[in-house]
Amino acid sequence: MTRLAAGPRSVPHRPRLSARLAYLMQKVLKPNAANRRFGAAVERVPLARTLFTATERASKERLFGCRMCGQCALPVTGYSCPMGCPKELRNGPCGGVGPGGACEVYPEKRCVWVVGFERAASQGAAADLRRLQRPIDHRRWGESSWLNYWAGRDDDLWTDDDGLASPPHMGEVE
Amino acid sequence: MSALRDRLAAGQFTITAELSPPRGASAAAMLGRAELLRGWVDAVNITDNQGSHVRLSSWAGAAAVRQSGIIEPIMQMTCRDRNRIALQSDLLGAGALGIENLLFMSGDHPKFGDHPGAKPVFDMDSTQLTWTARTLRDEGRLLSGKELNPAPRFFLGAVENPFAPPVEYRAQRAAKKIAAGAQFIQTQYVFDLDVFTRWVTDLGELGVLDRCSVLAGVGVIRSARMLDFLASGKVPGVQIPEPVIRRLRGVAADDVGAEGAKIAAELIAALRQIPGVAGVHLLTAGYERQTAGLLRMAGVDRSALMDESALVGKSSDGD
Repeated sequence: MTRLAAGPRSVPHRPRLSARLAYLMQKVLKPNAANRRFGAAVERVPLARTLFTATERASKERLFGCRMCGQCALPVTGYSCPMGCPKELRNGPCGGVGPGGACEVYPEKRCVWVVGFERAASQGAAADLRRLQRPIDHRRWGESSWLNYWAGRDDDLWTDDDGLASPPHMGEVE
Repeated sequence: MSALRDRLAAGQFTITAELSPPRGASAAAMLGRAELLRGWVDAVNITDNQGSHVRLSSWAGAAAVRQSGIIEPIMQMTCRDRNRIALQSDLLGAGALGIENLLFMSGDHPKFGDHPGAKPVFDMDSTQLTWTARTLRDEGRLLSGKELNPAPRFFLGAVENPFAPPVEYRAQRAAKKIAAGAQFIQTQYVFDLDVFTRWVTDLGELGVLDRCSVLAGVGVIRSARMLDFLASGKVPGVQIPEPVIRRLRGVAADDVGAEGAKIAAELIAALRQIPGVAGVHLLTAGYERQTAGLLRMAGVDRSALMDESALVGKSSDGD
């Protein structure tokens, strides 16, 4: 499996891609027959996989402060990366957010969840934040989350809805 | 048996308070402070290295309080210091020691404590930890899928800060914790009743108040120094509204404590009238000697409870 070293520390990163463009990009990236086939082809060739993963890393690091957890939550967090939260909360924000939306650990930065909520709401996607996010698999740091996403390995990262109608199942965490 | 659960289920106005374990290898002083709350408070939160300062562990503190029979403990668990293996292991330990009331939170970042260079763990977040405890209890298995024999009995709690941005999302975030398994929620300090009432109303509209009890956080500003500290905006998650600051600045420095207690008593009385509020959670660690007086000032009659709590010490299971 191709891995790159884990990215930088968990520090809030302001997304450099507008919410509108990020949600447009989602239309292209979300799993379909074409990108599934492409992903499978890339996974078959180690060098292609390495290059693809490096490209993903370079672009997502710049745009979203990506740290390569390999289990991307961006599609349901307003394209604000939760791994930039110093507590790496996947179901944030914590209760320590300052009056103006400041991160409690890095007060000069805005809370990634406050930013994510604003961005999701601006695109009519605030309901995405009601989904319950399951714990991540720490063996997958450094992997390409796009390949994981297209191959369906990310299908259980979050619940389909707010989980209130019937108790959501945690699933098996190895 | 969780008397806290029974009391909330019966719809009786419920009072919880915070008790910090000592920085030392004896629980004796903490039990002495618990004794001051006997009869006045239904359960005490045993904090988990609060503010990221090392203290006697919350499970040991909760076990000592439970064994003393003085009061029922609520064991706090943060996600800061343990991964999913240690968290599940400690949940089983709590179950074995008869500690049923649990309260989950993310936890303060190590940066704020006495070991700022410590590794922040945060393997899971508070929603996931609540979900984990429910999985252990209701499905009788670990997250790995391995069966538990026997499964623990738990009464699960979570926290929320209705006043932290994004305020319009805070009820939904609480609802996520309720979906994950939270049966009661304690809040951060309430000073702004309008924002708080809006939050509780939102919870009602989300249809979750029939399965989760809300305990509103109440703190006492005890001195001019504490007011300066809290109003500085440097305490994570605490915001003191301008009218409260003005009122406390309006009295002599020596009278701030008395005025702060008066404000807290008024808040307790007002919170009691808000539909959907099951009780109050006193964020008053270190204030145990004055707690009874505060509750009396708030018009809380505990004479009936005093009789009940005398029975708690005579539990039949030999501890």
